[in-house]
Amino acid sequence: MTVTDVRKDPTALTMEIVSEFGAPIERVWQLVADPRQLERWWGPPTHPATFTDFDLVPGGRVSYFMTGPEGEKYHGWWRVREVSPPDLLEVQDGFADDDNEPNPDLPVNIMRLEFATVGAVTRMTIRSTFPTIEAMEQTLAMGAEEGMKAALGQIDGLLAA
Amino acid sequence: MVVDELTDDDIDRIFRALADRTRRDIVRRTMREDASVSGLARRYDMSFAAVQKHVAVLARADLVTKRRRGREQLVRSNPDTVHRAQQLLDQLESTWRDRLDRLGDLLDDTDSESEQP
Repeated sequence: MTVTDVRKDPTALTMEIVSEFGAPIERVWQLVADPRQLERWWGPPTHPATFTDFDLVPGGRVSYFMTGPEGEKYHGWWRVREVSPPDLLEVQDGFADDDNEPNPDLPVNIMRLEFATVGAVTRMTIRSTFPTIEAMEQTLAMGAEEGMKAALGQIDGLLAA
Repeated sequence: MVVDELTDDDIDRIFRALADRTRRDIVRRTMREDASVSGLARRYDMSFAAVQKHVAVLARADLVTKRRRGREQLVRSNPDTVHRAQQLLDQLESTWRDRLDRLGDLLDDTDSESEQP
């Protein structure tokens, strides 16, 4: 895997990251379209993801949760906007309550994944767009919380040693 | 506060401030609009003094600002600009780079498995 390009536009609140994989497009698509494979890379090792609903059709719903080291769960959802195997997936990506219902008070971002065969490699372009800086901040603060907890756990470990 | 200029003491303050669930919630809640200390106290079912302590910890870490309006004390997350957006995008980039690393490893793993007799 090689990251070949990263474009960030702070005024458009958009990030695009382009990467290339030495595998056929169908194989790379499966890593996203097969929930058992997706959950092996979506969450960090400290917070593995489990996908429950997985309906990759337009308007379809995907639900998942990430489990922290102390068993705490963070719920998320996707709503499929566009899907065209093995080239394209665009979803709304948001947070859910503990009962798995989308939380309307929390921000939603648009995530678009495009796949293309370029010579001998598969190119994946990921584009994330946020409606507002507050939404972006809130989304990342919630993700960072998990990382922060993991970091704090490590600090505790060091202190105990 | 510019990230490059954070001292170890600053980072300690930020980590400690964010290590508490209520304080993280205060930061999130006051991103879009001001909240009064008394309003937060009602929401968390805490004493005014307890919330005030949390807010003081956040303010020392520069995560929120406080101002007075009459008898009320209002709290707001620190206003962020394009520079902050850039930092957030950097953070998003690193989240995705981590994911892509795992994705690449996964491909390598399954490829080598399928090559075995």
